[in-house]
Amino acid sequence: MTSIKKDPVLVVLQLSGGNDALNTVVPYGDPLYADNRPSVRVPDDQVLKINDYVGLNPNMGPMKQLFDEGKMAIIQGVGYPNPNRSHFRSMDIWHTCEPDKVGTEGWLGRAIKEMDPNAENVLTGVNFGRGLPRALAMPSVPVASVGNLASYGVLTGIEEEDQRADALDVFSRIYSPAMGRGGVVDYLSRTGMDALKGADILSTAPEMYSSSVEYGGDVVGQYMRNIAQTHLAGFGTRVLYTTAPYNSFDTHAGELQAHAKLWSETSQAVADFMDDLREHDAADNVTLLVFTEFGRRVHDNGSGTDHGSGGMAFVVGDNVKGGLYGEYPSLEADKLLEGDLHFNNDFRSIYSTLLENWMGLDAQPLVNGSFEKFDFI
Amino acid sequence: MAGNDIALMAHLMRRAGFGASYEELERRAATGYEATVEDLLNPGNQPKLEMDLLERRFVDWREMNALEVNQAFWTYAMINTQRPLEEKIALFWHGIFCTGNSKCEHGRQIKLQIDMFRDHGLGSFCDLLLGLSSDPSMIFYLDNCMSHKDAINENWGRELLELFSMGVGMDGEANYSEDDVKECARAFTGWTITNAIPRYPYGRYEAGFIYNPADHDEENKTFLGETGNFNGDDIIDLIARQPSTARFISRHLYNFFVADDVQVPAWQNTPPRDLETIKLLEEEYFRSGYNVGSMLRVLFNSDAFKNARFAKVKSPAEAVVGTMRVVKDFTSPKPGLNNLAANIRYMGQDLMNPPTVEGWHTGGEWIDSGTLVERINFAADQVGNLDLPGVQDMVSRVSSDGGSVTAEQVVDRCLELLGSYELADDTRAQLIDHVNRGGDLIPGSPEFSQRVGQTLQLIVSTQEYQFA
Repeated sequence: MTSIKKDPVLVVLQLSGGNDALNTVVPYGDPLYADNRPSVRVPDDQVLKINDYVGLNPNMGPMKQLFDEGKMAIIQGVGYPNPNRSHFRSMDIWHTCEPDKVGTEGWLGRAIKEMDPNAENVLTGVNFGRGLPRALAMPSVPVASVGNLASYGVLTGIEEEDQRADALDVFSRIYSPAMGRGGVVDYLSRTGMDALKGADILSTAPEMYSSSVEYGGDVVGQYMRNIAQTHLAGFGTRVLYTTAPYNSFDTHAGELQAHAKLWSETSQAVADFMDDLREHDAADNVTLLVFTEFGRRVHDNGSGTDHGSGGMAFVVGDNVKGGLYGEYPSLEADKLLEGDLHFNNDFRSIYSTLLENWMGLDAQPLVNGSFEKFDFI
Repeated sequence: MAGNDIALMAHLMRRAGFGASYEELERRAATGYEATVEDLLNPGNQPKLEMDLLERRFVDWREMNALEVNQAFWTYAMINTQRPLEEKIALFWHGIFCTGNSKCEHGRQIKLQIDMFRDHGLGSFCDLLLGLSSDPSMIFYLDNCMSHKDAINENWGRELLELFSMGVGMDGEANYSEDDVKECARAFTGWTITNAIPRYPYGRYEAGFIYNPADHDEENKTFLGETGNFNGDDIIDLIARQPSTARFISRHLYNFFVADDVQVPAWQNTPPRDLETIKLLEEEYFRSGYNVGSMLRVLFNSDAFKNARFAKVKSPAEAVVGTMRVVKDFTSPKPGLNNLAANIRYMGQDLMNPPTVEGWHTGGEWIDSGTLVERINFAADQVGNLDLPGVQDMVSRVSSDGGSVTAEQVVDRCLELLGSYELADDTRAQLIDHVNRGGDLIPGSPEFSQRVGQTLQLIVSTQEYQFA
C-alpha cells in the first residue's frame, strides 16, 4: 500500500454507451486504422501523439497534459473473455465482476462493506446521478445517490425553510428506529434514516467549498465538481462514483462530431477536477478511474461505429505512474474477434490493482478471482 | 358509503390496477365489489386509449422507436387507461417474460410484445406461451434465432422452463432435467425471425416471426418423460399440463397481486407463504383450462386477497402511476411526459429494459437509500402541488363537511382520500401533532389548503405509503 496518511479515496467516472477506443487512443501509426475507418477517422495530423503508433484524440488536450506530467495511465485493450455487446449486460459484468452469471452485488458495494462493515458512515460511498449503479449495490451498504448536490435531500420540494425543517423533524421521528415494527417496515425505517443522515451531512458540502476552478456546465463537469466538493468537505467518503449521461458514448451515427464534444467535455472535467484538488492540497489521496463498458467495432459504418469489445481505461492521479499499459490490440483482420479488438487485459486486473495497491484491500473476494496486477500505482 | 367498502375498493384498484381517485372509488363501490372485479376482468367492455388523437400531440408515438418514448407511452397508458387490469397484467407478464431493450435496441418491437400481453394476458396460458414463443423480440432476446437443428442454442429452451413456466423446482424437487432443456430447445429449432436489417444506416424495421421447416429438428425428442417428434407447440401443451406450471404461475400471481413472497430462485425449496390460496389458484388453473383471468377472479374474490391490504411494497411503476392517478396530472397530453416516466427508472424500474431475463427483484428489494429518496420526493412534490386538480379535490373534500375541522379529521381524511392508507398509531399521532402545531384550521382559507397539502406530503413520506 502506498504510504499516505490520509485514507485513500477512489473516484470512478463511467462513460456509458461504449466509448470508441480507436478514436480515443488512436493507433494512427497503423495503416489498418485508416483502412478500417474510411469515414469515421481522426486525421493523423490532429492526433495528440504519444509515440509513433498511438496518440490521443485531439479533443483530449487537458488529459494529454496529465499524461505528459506522468499522472495518467492508459490501459489498452481492456475487456473480458466472451465479450458481450449489450450495453446493459456488459456494464453489468463490469459492475459485478460476474461474466458468466448474473450478479446482483457490485464490486464497489463489496469494497465499501469491507471498509465500513457496520455502515458507521452512511457516506462511505456516494454516487452522483439518478438511480444507483449496480457497481455500488450491496445489501446493508447505504450509498447516497445524489441527483443534484445543491438541492439533495429528503422532501426537497418543500420550499419554505421553516416548513421543511418542521416536516423533516416529523420525518425523522416517524422513521426513528425506536418505533420498531419488524420486517420490511424496519428495513424501510433504517433506510430512511440513512438517507436523512446522509443528506444532512452532504448538504453542507457546497457551502464549505470555494475554488478558483470553473468547471464546464455539462453533466460530467458538474458531477466532477460535486465529487470534489464532497471530497474536500472531509466526510470520510472513500468511494465516489458518477456516470456520463445514459448511453451518451453510444456513437452509432454522427460519431466524429458527437465524440469530439464528449471528449472535450470529459477531458476538461478530468483536468478541472485534478486542478481543483491540487488547489486545495487534496489530490494526494485520490485516484480516478475512467472506464466504459466496451469498445466499438473496428470498421466504421459510414457515420459511426457499432458495438464492439476491447476498450480503453484511464487511471489518473498524483500517485499514478503514468504511461501506456498493456499492449494495443492488433488491428489485423485475423486477430480480430468478430470484427472487434481482442482484449488482452482483464478489467479485473485494473480493479485488483486499485483495490490492493491503492485502497489496501484484499481484491480476490471483491472481484471474484485472482488477476495479475498492473504497476501503475 | 361505508368506509370499509371504500377501503376494500381502494385495495382492489391498487392491486388490479394502479389505484383510483376517491370519486372513482365511490362510483365503483356503489356498483359493488364483485361487479367491479368482472368489469376489470373484461377490459374489452371499456374503450381503448384513442391513439390517433394522442399521436397528434406526441408525434414520436407514431414510430415508437426509442425506449424513452415507449416508457412515456406506457406511463401515460397506465395513468389514463379505462382498462386498468389490462395494463396491470401486461406489467405482470413483462416482469416474468422479460425482454430488454439493452439487447433488442428496438423499442417498437418490444412494444408489440407488451401489446400481446395486453391482448392475451388474461386469457389461456397456453396461448400466451405460444404468443411468446413466436414473439420476434423474445426470439432475438433469448437467441432462438441462433438455434439450429444441427447446433442448438439452449437459451430459450432453458428460460422457457426455468423462468417462464415450470420453475426449477417445487417442494424441494427439481421440475425437469438438463436433458429436458436440450430436448425443449431442439423442438423449437426453426422458430426464428425474418428481417435482420441492421439498425444503421437504414433505420429500424420490425422483424416478423417465421417458422423455417428446413431448420427444424424432425427427430424424436423425449421431453418430461414423453417421446415423439415434438414441435414447439407440442412442448407448450406438455408444459401447460404440469402441476409445476400451475404452481409457478400461481405463486407469481400471488407475489404480484396479493403479498410479497420470497424471490423466485428460492421457490424450489421454500414453500409458498399461503399454500391454501396457492392450491385454490392451482385448481382453477386446471379447471378453467389454464385461464389466467379465471384464476384472478378466484383470487380477487378470496378472503386471502381481501385481507392482504398493504402486504406488498409498491413497484416503482405503481408508486409513480398510483400517485399520478390521485393527483390527476397528465390526464391529457402535455409536455414533460418523458421526464415524468423517467422517475420510474430513477426508482429502479427501467420499463422494457429489465436488468436481466430474471426481471426485477420485488418487495423490500425495490428499496435502497437512493430509491427511497426518489419515491418520497416524487410523491411529496405531486401531492404538495396545489395547482393539480386531484390535490384541489382532496383539499375541498377535507373541508366539505363544513364548519371547523380538527387536526385529527384532517389527517384521517387525507389518509382516506389518498386510498384508505393506515398508519401506525405513533405515526398517526405525530402527524396529528404536526397539524395541531399549525394552529386553528379554517377551511376555505389559502393557509388551510397549504396545510392539507403539507399533511398529504407527510403521509406520502411514511413507510406505509410505500406499500400497496
